[in-house]
Amino acid sequence: MMQPVSSLSRSAGTAGLAEADASSTLARLRGVEKQFRRGAEAVQVLRGLDLDLRRGEFLALMGPSGSGKSTLLNLLAGLDRPSAGSVEVAGQRIDQLSAGALARWRARHVGLIFQFYNLLPVLSAAKNVELPLLLAPLSRAQRKAQVATAMALVELEHRAKHLPRQLSGGEQQRVGIARAIVTDPTLILADEPTGDLDRKTGDGILDLMQALNAEHGKTIVMVTHDPHAAARATRILHMVDGQLSTEMDA
Amino acid sequence: MTRLGLMASAFRRHRLRLLLTAMSIVVAFLLFSYLVAIRKAFQMGVDVAGADRMMVRHSVSIIQSLPTSYEAEIERVPGVVDATPLSWFGGIYQDPKNFIAQFPVKPEEYLAMYPEFRLSPEQKAAWLRTRTGAIVGRTIADKYHWKIGDRIPIQATVWRPKGGGATWEFELVGIYDGAEKETDTTQFLFRQDFFEENKQFGQGRIGWYAIRIKDPARAAEVAKAIDQQFVNSPAATKTETEGAMAQSFADQVGNIGAIVTAILGAVFFIILVVVGNTMAQGVRERTQEIGVLKAVGFTNGEVLALVLGESMLLAGVAGGFGLAVGWLLVSQGDPTNGFLPIFFFPPEDLVLGIALVLGLGLFSGLLPALQAMRLRTVDALRRG
Repeated sequence: MMQPVSSLSRSAGTAGLAEADASSTLARLRGVEKQFRRGAEAVQVLRGLDLDLRRGEFLALMGPSGSGKSTLLNLLAGLDRPSAGSVEVAGQRIDQLSAGALARWRARHVGLIFQFYNLLPVLSAAKNVELPLLLAPLSRAQRKAQVATAMALVELEHRAKHLPRQLSGGEQQRVGIARAIVTDPTLILADEPTGDLDRKTGDGILDLMQALNAEHGKTIVMVTHDPHAAARATRILHMVDGQLSTEMDA
Repeated sequence: MTRLGLMASAFRRHRLRLLLTAMSIVVAFLLFSYLVAIRKAFQMGVDVAGADRMMVRHSVSIIQSLPTSYEAEIERVPGVVDATPLSWFGGIYQDPKNFIAQFPVKPEEYLAMYPEFRLSPEQKAAWLRTRTGAIVGRTIADKYHWKIGDRIPIQATVWRPKGGGATWEFELVGIYDGAEKETDTTQFLFRQDFFEENKQFGQGRIGWYAIRIKDPARAAEVAKAIDQQFVNSPAATKTETEGAMAQSFADQVGNIGAIVTAILGAVFFIILVVVGNTMAQGVRERTQEIGVLKAVGFTNGEVLALVLGESMLLAGVAGGFGLAVGWLLVSQGDPTNGFLPIFFFPPEDLVLGIALVLGLGLFSGLLPALQAMRLRTVDALRRG
């Protein structure tokens, strides 16, 4: 049930925080602020945001454009750093890591799913999926086995050798999901994963994400504008003006 | 897939652009191969010049002749071991395009003066027995399919024979080889005494003297003594080391080294700009993909290495191919039909060529690689 909570940006994330078992909290954001400069003007995107992300949950972040959803996702992914506050994921303060260490951390802990798939057009589906594994100390055979598993999970084994342009939008997004899960990351972050797909294809992608969450225990944070997509999550948070404003358990 | 495979995958993007860029690199290195061979050809005389050999020529120019009587006088100068005369014959074999350097020489003195010309004792003996005998270097013997016993007609352009007409006929009695790769094996040598007796004019005159001195460290002193001896005679002399003479001969064409360096500098600057532009364009077009690489965990350093690796791979493959083809083509020999008797790809320039390949890859990729490295991941992802 959606609740109007003006200060829930804190309470939304912190609700039940005191009782939360440390092992059940995967990510903990405290007092996070993010400011951008647009010319001479400073734009405050996140304003003292607190959030606790529970291990194994499927969280949907909703809100109007410019509310800070993607910025929050970028901070969780270690793609960006907060202007103030702390971001802790799996017990590690990632806002304090060096650029190199943060990249390595991403490789180990984060799987990213993009709205426009962001596949490398000159690589086959399988090679796109293999990309993050190049950073892992794995043999070629081990990489191949993991790619095959990920491709099987998204039911695209038969399209492994196809180039992205030879795949439909839905298939490309499945490849994107396979790339996100191939390293067995701690956290999967998806930015409008169905935003570029028709409803039916989008449903297929959401089914897959739901299965990853429910059957494989993956913790997922999904940014979406679409209430239909958000309804698949186990928890929905709304963002307005850089603050988490409402919480709803789906 | 490997990281090298990922690097190479970038080349599948714009194949035509890749092909054109690669071709420009290949052509640059072909040009490099020919230019270094040409430079070497012009330097050859300087490089192979004996440290203890000097040349005595007319003080005005090498085309002014000297009296044959100078030989004995030069040999009497302290520090001189031996002197032997040479003249430029300048005849034509079959076609003016067939350039062959021909010299009337005193066989024993000449072979002693130039031990790098290797002639078998039997052939040397045959040359001493045969007044019309001539010996040639292995290169032109092979080129014109000459063999021992052949009679070779040479058309005079200056030195017509007394018997009328313009043809001098020589019997090939020997083929010499070079002691070193740089040794000139394109000369045609015949006997001075036969030439002296049969030329229509200029008796008692020769072109210049090659002399051997005891101590190369005293070359300047010996040269001064020789020139001093003839300073008031009708044919004053200029004595210089063989290397200096070869250099001044090459400099008649121009400062070949500087010309070659200037051309190569211009070519490689243009290639650097072309390849650099291709790489920069490639990075600009792949901004979002570079963002993806960083998002999945590639560090800034790894992205830098990836883009630098691409330019190194492109320069390495295309430049290496250009050098290989250039080496093969240059190995076919002098493309000028005899004007460049020593024409080969100098090994030291192969090392320079490899250094240029690596430098081209490094410098053409450096700016685009830095540009890719500095991209902020979120900005790069957004730009797609």
